[in-house]
Amino acid sequence: MPRENDGHAKWLALIATVAVFATSCVLVINFDRGAGVSSSPFQFVSQATWIDAGIAGFDVQFHMGVDGLGITMVILTTFLFVVATLVSFSVKLRTKEYFTWILILETAVLGVFSSLDLIMFFLFWELELLPMYLLISVWGTGRKEYSAMKFLLYTVAGSAFMLVGFLVLGFSAGPVRTFDMVTLSQSSIGGSILPLWVIFGFIFVAFAVKLPVFPLHTWLPDAHTDAPTAVSVILAGVLLKMGGYGMLRILITLMPREAHRYAVWLASLAAVSVIYGALLTLRQKDLKRLVAYSSVSHMGFVLLGIAALGQVSMNGAALQMFTHGLITGLLFVMVGVIYERAHTRNIDELSGLAHTMPLTATVMTLAGFAALGLPMLAGFVAELLVFLGSFDTYTVPTIVSVFGILLGAGYILWTIQRIFFGPPTVRWAHLPDANAWWERVPMAAMTLAIIAVGVRPSLVTSVLDGGIINIVKAL
Amino acid sequence: MLASLDRFGPELAVMATAGLVLLADLVVPRRHKAWLAGLSVAGLLAAALWLVILVLRGRQASFFDDSMALDNFSIFFIFLFIAVCGTVIIASLDYAPRFGSHQGEFFALMLLATSGMMLLAGARDLVTIFVSLELTSISQFILAGLLRDDKGSEAALKYLLLGAIASAVILYGMAFLFGIAGTTRLVTTNGAPSIASTIAAGDAGIRSALILSMVFLAAGFGFKMAVVPFQMWTPDVYQGAPTPVAAFLSVGSKAAAFAVVLRIFYEGFGPNTFVGNDWKEMFAILAAVSMCVGNVMALRQTNIRRMLGYSSVAQAGNFLVGLAAISALTNGRTSLGASGVVFFLATYAFTNLGAFIAVMAISNRTDSDEIADYAGMGRRAPIPAAVLLFCLLSLTGLPPTAGFIAKVYIFNAAVQADLVWLVIVAVLNTAVSAFYYLGVARQMYLETAEGLPTLVRAPWATQGILVVAAMGVLTFGVYPIPLIEAAQRAVNVFG
Repeated sequence: MPRENDGHAKWLALIATVAVFATSCVLVINFDRGAGVSSSPFQFVSQATWIDAGIAGFDVQFHMGVDGLGITMVILTTFLFVVATLVSFSVKLRTKEYFTWILILETAVLGVFSSLDLIMFFLFWELELLPMYLLISVWGTGRKEYSAMKFLLYTVAGSAFMLVGFLVLGFSAGPVRTFDMVTLSQSSIGGSILPLWVIFGFIFVAFAVKLPVFPLHTWLPDAHTDAPTAVSVILAGVLLKMGGYGMLRILITLMPREAHRYAVWLASLAAVSVIYGALLTLRQKDLKRLVAYSSVSHMGFVLLGIAALGQVSMNGAALQMFTHGLITGLLFVMVGVIYERAHTRNIDELSGLAHTMPLTATVMTLAGFAALGLPMLAGFVAELLVFLGSFDTYTVPTIVSVFGILLGAGYILWTIQRIFFGPPTVRWAHLPDANAWWERVPMAAMTLAIIAVGVRPSLVTSVLDGGIINIVKAL
Repeated sequence: MLASLDRFGPELAVMATAGLVLLADLVVPRRHKAWLAGLSVAGLLAAALWLVILVLRGRQASFFDDSMALDNFSIFFIFLFIAVCGTVIIASLDYAPRFGSHQGEFFALMLLATSGMMLLAGARDLVTIFVSLELTSISQFILAGLLRDDKGSEAALKYLLLGAIASAVILYGMAFLFGIAGTTRLVTTNGAPSIASTIAAGDAGIRSALILSMVFLAAGFGFKMAVVPFQMWTPDVYQGAPTPVAAFLSVGSKAAAFAVVLRIFYEGFGPNTFVGNDWKEMFAILAAVSMCVGNVMALRQTNIRRMLGYSSVAQAGNFLVGLAAISALTNGRTSLGASGVVFFLATYAFTNLGAFIAVMAISNRTDSDEIADYAGMGRRAPIPAAVLLFCLLSLTGLPPTAGFIAKVYIFNAAVQADLVWLVIVAVLNTAVSAFYYLGVARQMYLETAEGLPTLVRAPWATQGILVVAAMGVLTFGVYPIPLIEAAQRAVNVFG
């Protein structure tokens, strides 16, 4: 594509992401919701041998398919990438490369959510690194190179442990060495050279970095703060979910007994993450850092739901991943809108924006309400399910986590009050509202989705159930 | 004797070409020295063709009274060495004018060194191994100093002195082996006593002498493989030697050393004998130390060739993981560890040649090897920069490159051989190496190219070689099975 036609790149990227989104919608419509009860929950499976066990001594299948959990994540991904492409329309720097990396990133993330082979999973997991690194370090702001490198090193160190775990897991799987998740989940894993609880720990570290779980979260605020808006949306909306997804799909499904052993520790970690994240959120001055730390807190709920190992709680955790993707995605879009106009994200400087940017203020307030778990909006049901499901098993961590909701209400209301409803100032008197169509369309779409899921959570849970039932069955 | 001479053909063809090049050098005018490169490549092609014919006629056998072998192992490596030498010669057309009146010697010495490596791949007699090794080494000592500038001369002298010590150490180790077995043959086909049969007999009284011999051999060949603590020449020679020579050393010399080590240790000492675990443990420790030291030292380099030097030390550590894991079997017969070494070496050959030739194409025009001077190279020299990025990703071991498959393959072998601790060290080192490999990528693609000129395009031959290397890295990253099968057939001859 010639350089003077750089503007075409964004349209091409938009067409591509919309096409992928449309395809995933077709998949959702054709998805058989009753399949979870039958023997194989995975649908739209395609399988081919990539590396043959007879030759290489290990078996890698190109085995892709989705169950209820996978397809929920896939539709979230494709939706958020359309959003990310739209909010990137204002990117002027090296647009061709920018959208190329965005699309490669989408490939990697979709690959993670639909891989049914550990090595394929690992391959896509690693493929996500380079685009993210470049997107943050070229198109970011502030200390972008430091943040990008921090992100990279945390993830690489985590995935190093993951690879060891996968290799040992594949090797100790009964008579046939395989990395196929479906086969592995049906065979008993034993007689391994490392105790299974060590492998569980190794793989958990990789996912905990991604989710993120205290104390492995420190890369997240930096990466978020310095990433461009669209990348923040993707990072919070989709990439963090790779951690939670991995725990459900690999840790819990393949090593249920170890999951029970670890569960109480995971629940405690979750409670710490929730409270620690929320407390830190309270004292943030930068809007993006604020949303980033609130993600740490919210992802704690996901971990709590997973740790409780019940059908209700895991449904809640998965739903929380989905709704958090929408809500935090929207919050980051709104922060991007404000930053692009005001050129600051400092909460102390912003004041009374509701007077000049009514639409922005309305949508952001709504997103904030959703984030603090207001009923009828998406966040509420997910958190309720998590608490209901985990209360009986882990009463204390659950009660502690509920305080996270209180803190959440505190920081969100306080922030909204400060930036939108403080006294209007001369400095911000002439800020234009969100006026471009490529800002309004994603805002409208995400708001609608948040309300729709809030009013009728069964839209999502009916699909999710089929996947979760099967994971619970293995426990 | 003469009946087996045809099996010796490829080596003879390359040696004869070296002589022809020296003779032709006397008559070819200065500005047409590129013809000599053509002659060299023609000689290499003839050798390859000869080898293909030998394979088609099924001439694999042990010959010259068991001092040489033409088997799948040596065939694999001979093809590899021919390819490496040909690639370097074609790519060096861009660089060769710097040698001035010594261009003819450059091509001839490259061919001689290559013929030495080809001999090494097939040698299964201690004396043959030593003579072939010297043929390679002496050619390489001269090649390293061919530019006759300060840096090059210092590098060549360092290489010569340390190389001479390494040869002496190897010879000492061989003397022990000869003393124990009373023969220099590693294996024999006619039932006569050999080193392998002596060790397999497992007389406990020879154990301490055997271990001494193992240590000396590992130290001497460790110099050639560039593993810690015998690596000190590597960064200096990679930096000081002419770039094509550095590329040749980093790939050819290393592969030849690993081929010999596989021969001596896997075929001679044997993995399941009473000293099998001793040498596997020795290599496991060398592997861990090499990876850690190589990577940590590479972190602090500002010169790209020194960085590649230390990175090649770290990579040698990765190969050694395969040697340590040699007892992991698939299908009950193929050694996963050994085939992993061979497979890894082949992918590394593509990758490192690609990286070095890209560095040559760039630095030949900027006259600088400083990583800082690679700023904005993504725009200033798109093709070499893209190939370099790709090769660096492969060296890191990220998908979808051949380096990724090679690492998964060799780590899998190590896990199966109960070497989980070594795999943990190795994957953590992978994380460390990502830092400096991607640091170069960052310079090339993230630093601004404002005000810096676009580089003159490298000749089509160099660009073509670069693209071929990148394609190789990608192809074997996506479809590795043919190469894996070839590597397994190669090591099956020891099974």
